[in-house]
Amino acid sequence: MTTPTKCWLRNLFLPALFLIFFAAYTEVPHAAAQDAMLQPQTEKNYQPHSYQGKVEPDDGQWTRPAKDYASTRYSSLDQINTNNVKNLKLAFTFSTGMTRGHEAAPLIVNNTMYIVTPFPNSLYALDLTKPGAPMKWVYQPLPTPASQGVACCDVVNRGASYDDGKIFYNTLDDQTVAVDANTGKQVWKTQIGDINKGESITMAPIVAKGKVLVGNSGGEFGIRGWLTALDEKTGKIAWRAYSAGPDKDVLIGPKFKPFYPQDRGQDLGVKTWPPDAWKIGGAGVWGWISYDPQLNLIYYGTANPGPWDSEARPGDNKFSSGIFARDADTGEAIWFYQYSPHDLYDYDGVNENILLDLPIKGQTRKVLIHPDRNGYVYVLDRTTGEVLSANPFAPITTSRGVDLKTGLLQYVTEKQPMVGKVVRNLCPTAPGAKDWQPSAFSPRTGLVYIPHNNLCMDEEDVTANYIAGTPYVGANVRMYDAPGGYGGAFTAWDPIEGKVVWSNPDHFPVWSGALATAGDVVFYGTLDGWFKAVDAHNGSLLWQFKTGSGIIGQPVSYKGPDGKQYIAILSGVGGWAGAIVAGGLDPRDESAALGFAAVMKDLPKYTTKGGMLYVFALP
Amino acid sequence: MRSNFQLALVLSAFGAAALLVACSREDRILRQPPPANQTINSVQVSGLNPGANSMPTPPPSNMYQESAYAVSEGQKLYEQYNCVGCHAHGGGGIGPPLMDNNWIYGSEAGNIFTTIMQGRPNGMPSFRNRVPEYQAWEIAAYVRSMSGLLPKGVSPGRPDHMSVKPSEASTPPQTPTGITGSPEQHQ
Repeated sequence: MTTPTKCWLRNLFLPALFLIFFAAYTEVPHAAAQDAMLQPQTEKNYQPHSYQGKVEPDDGQWTRPAKDYASTRYSSLDQINTNNVKNLKLAFTFSTGMTRGHEAAPLIVNNTMYIVTPFPNSLYALDLTKPGAPMKWVYQPLPTPASQGVACCDVVNRGASYDDGKIFYNTLDDQTVAVDANTGKQVWKTQIGDINKGESITMAPIVAKGKVLVGNSGGEFGIRGWLTALDEKTGKIAWRAYSAGPDKDVLIGPKFKPFYPQDRGQDLGVKTWPPDAWKIGGAGVWGWISYDPQLNLIYYGTANPGPWDSEARPGDNKFSSGIFARDADTGEAIWFYQYSPHDLYDYDGVNENILLDLPIKGQTRKVLIHPDRNGYVYVLDRTTGEVLSANPFAPITTSRGVDLKTGLLQYVTEKQPMVGKVVRNLCPTAPGAKDWQPSAFSPRTGLVYIPHNNLCMDEEDVTANYIAGTPYVGANVRMYDAPGGYGGAFTAWDPIEGKVVWSNPDHFPVWSGALATAGDVVFYGTLDGWFKAVDAHNGSLLWQFKTGSGIIGQPVSYKGPDGKQYIAILSGVGGWAGAIVAGGLDPRDESAALGFAAVMKDLPKYTTKGGMLYVFALP
Repeated sequence: MRSNFQLALVLSAFGAAALLVACSREDRILRQPPPANQTINSVQVSGLNPGANSMPTPPPSNMYQESAYAVSEGQKLYEQYNCVGCHAHGGGGIGPPLMDNNWIYGSEAGNIFTTIMQGRPNGMPSFRNRVPEYQAWEIAAYVRSMSGLLPKGVSPGRPDHMSVKPSEASTPPQTPTGITGSPEQHQ
């Protein structure tokens, strides 16, 4: 028998050892040490390739969420440049009165600025011709408050589109509205989804060929994803293309010619799922839509299949986590490519698609650039869906690359999450190497500016129960910083050479959109509330302004009635990354906010909630 | 030998105590409580009582909160009815956290039961006709254990899944804010 003395020793020694280990393990670097880790990285001897293709003419307004149909988020205004941006001053502000995440891009049309707030999705019109930009009117659609219970990742709204005298946007409770841009009167309102099926809408619609294109959210609620086209004059549904199910529902017909054989065949939207699982298999359409008027094709990604527990849905789960090209008039599918077949990690394919004409191996190709959640920047031929390149832009442990011959993502078998087993060090995480936060492209530098995450996670799958209108997830997750010890970065990417040109690390994931301008100044915001202007060539910080709350909005640039260039951004922390502040979460539970709270524990020390528009100009 | 004897003495004392506690903590509840109408009618979500009427007498601590079996069932049901999808393991997400001291609609079992059954306007679904009343009581008891409002003896001791937070039994009791006062008042 052990003597009491030895017991005492052991009883003291083990906890002490544990404490020492634990203290070392959980030690948080001091601010100075953090700053040392956050040094920008720059590629030496880099030669820029300015863009030879065409960019949509710029009238100094901002009428679509991504500025143009090609989704460049590039403003050709150049009054604000690398020399004078240091003089940028606040021109006016406007409080939205909301405390949830503000992800929308303001629109600027006919000297009026339009702002969509998070739930309850009010639309404000500000008169830019008057000092201080006073409010012209407010339109309040009053969505049902119950819809907040089916919004997976904060009750955000990503903005509106303008066309033909009307502002079009979506409400959290699944209505698309058209509002007269002059009077603020509702022109039409169409209910296109049902919260009792777990559906919500957070995306910004686009208008192409007289149709408003809208997709649903709810991959964590067992929805059946779709893209819906509404007549822009009447609000009547013209067509709906589901992401899964029989070919007739997916609008797959004789025109459908996917590049890779694995995407060809009859009713793959049924056959690549267990019986009936496609009916609740997610694959929403909550991201960005691009449009090529010459090819008359729209491009958009489909979201993750549900539930996250992948053992519940053996098969490729088509057509989730991929990209569709569709005829803009009829919605017929033209091609499809699946970034993450049988997705294992919540790698939605919904990120932005930037449409460019680039020289690839000596030939000018019509391509689209897509930085995916799975960690690769894809360059696809946008006429055929062929993968031309796929290069990593963030740490990846879940796959070994993309086979350019077959188009297949090379998963790492031992990193597959399973029921009842904790699988560790999965990078990127569920929100991906990059989530919704949209990139910008500058034709002057030829670079894509990517706001993104630098995170890894542990995951254990559990069996999920489907109850309509409640979460259908089946996974326990906790996230942490990826190697480097920081949560995110703002990275300039050369899409032709497929490599990083420069990268500015940030303590937190960079959850705001990006804006590129002809003055070679690029703008973005950080979760701790800094709005930054950096040099497009090397990323060096030229100017910054501390806003009242964390920034997850999308910066825009426009020409005011006085002929001056303005920069506008909504501040107001939230979204999935900022939910810990917006929702007042308790980070003692590392699985809070689907595991995101674990890595955002200290965000409440840096920022508080509250939505405010900030607009800047040179004096 | 002397130390062995002492050890045996201490062990048997612990054993006796454990048996005594175990008597009620292991009880199975076979007789279900009366219909919930009474509970719902007595639940109040405002602490303002016009005319200086005193707060109604809080409902007695219900039997589910004294049974480790019921709390453990509540923990399972919390996962199975997807409460975990919104409230995580108490830290919250889509819905508010449940392991802290901030109770929007009250911290008493009756308040939580009412919240589950009736729903709340900003996203909490109404589980009436989906969750039987006794299960709602079990879930309510488990929810209280998350912020240390139940005795340690009935609270779950270790998580069944990936360890993302301290167990309910080792969560320090939070003093609830809001209209229902501190747990000491009624237990």
